[in-house]
Amino acid sequence: MKILKILLIIFLMIGLSPLKSDEKNKALKNKILKNVRCLICQGQSVYDSESDFALSIKLIVDKKINKGSSEDQVYEFLRKKYGDWITYDPKFNKNTYILWLLPILLFLFGGAIIYKKIIKKNYKKKL
Amino acid sequence: MKNKLKLIIIVVFLIFCFVIFFKGLNNSNTYIPKINNEKNIPVFKAKEFNSNNYINSEKIFEENIYYIVNIWASWCVPCRKEHSLLIELSKNKSVKLIGLNYRDNLNNAKKFINELGNPYAKILVDRDGILSVEFGAYGVPETFLIDKDKNIIKKFVGPINKKIVEEIKIIIK
Repeated sequence: MKILKILLIIFLMIGLSPLKSDEKNKALKNKILKNVRCLICQGQSVYDSESDFALSIKLIVDKKINKGSSEDQVYEFLRKKYGDWITYDPKFNKNTYILWLLPILLFLFGGAIIYKKIIKKNYKKKL
Repeated sequence: MKNKLKLIIIVVFLIFCFVIFFKGLNNSNTYIPKINNEKNIPVFKAKEFNSNNYINSEKIFEENIYYIVNIWASWCVPCRKEHSLLIELSKNKSVKLIGLNYRDNLNNAKKFINELGNPYAKILVDRDGILSVEFGAYGVPETFLIDKDKNIIKKFVGPINKKIVEEIKIIIK
């Protein structure tokens, strides 16, 4: 009876493992598609779009994932074909450095103003 | 003095914003991806439109001439508009046209060719649009000029016009 139970568990585990891998692939595919911009439909990701372009990209991403490509490899492939604009998460390079550095600079600038104001306030209080 | 400086900074900032937005008004709202100066054509295997046989990309682009890859579909209205220009280009001996039939119904595509003429040396079927993605295209019509070293040297998004035809003719001379 015990052997039967163990066999049943093994059987179920073997039976469910492809399902698990399918779910994992689907989750990865959705994650990638949500981060890929639909170039012909403004403001929509490929995941949200049903345009011909989006359908083709969905197919190609599906094909690449089933072939075992990683998330980065899929992004790299799409960037090679369409440039950095295709992803919502652009890489840091000479075309995108302002995009990445400007928020940090603004944060530091704002921080400096606040810091200066606090110091001024404290100084006035001491007086 | 301090207030004056503040005012100057605000005015400069506002002028800066105005110039950026004003310049943006003239820009097209369709983003056309830049391609690298020289980009090799993708390696692929595709179904032929007339014979249903599969053919390798090496076999398609085997001659030492210029090639034009044109992505078209029977449902695409601008494709009709540019078709006569493609026929004009196909008369040039130093270039061969390859058609990529994009996400189309085969019967409708055949009707389109029978009605308007066939400028293509070969037509490939791209039923699911994957081949077009390999070329870096995102819609129809789209035209790629490929040089003798098999590099994509020009990409024209949208229907080609007389100006583009002249540009191509100068390059392939």
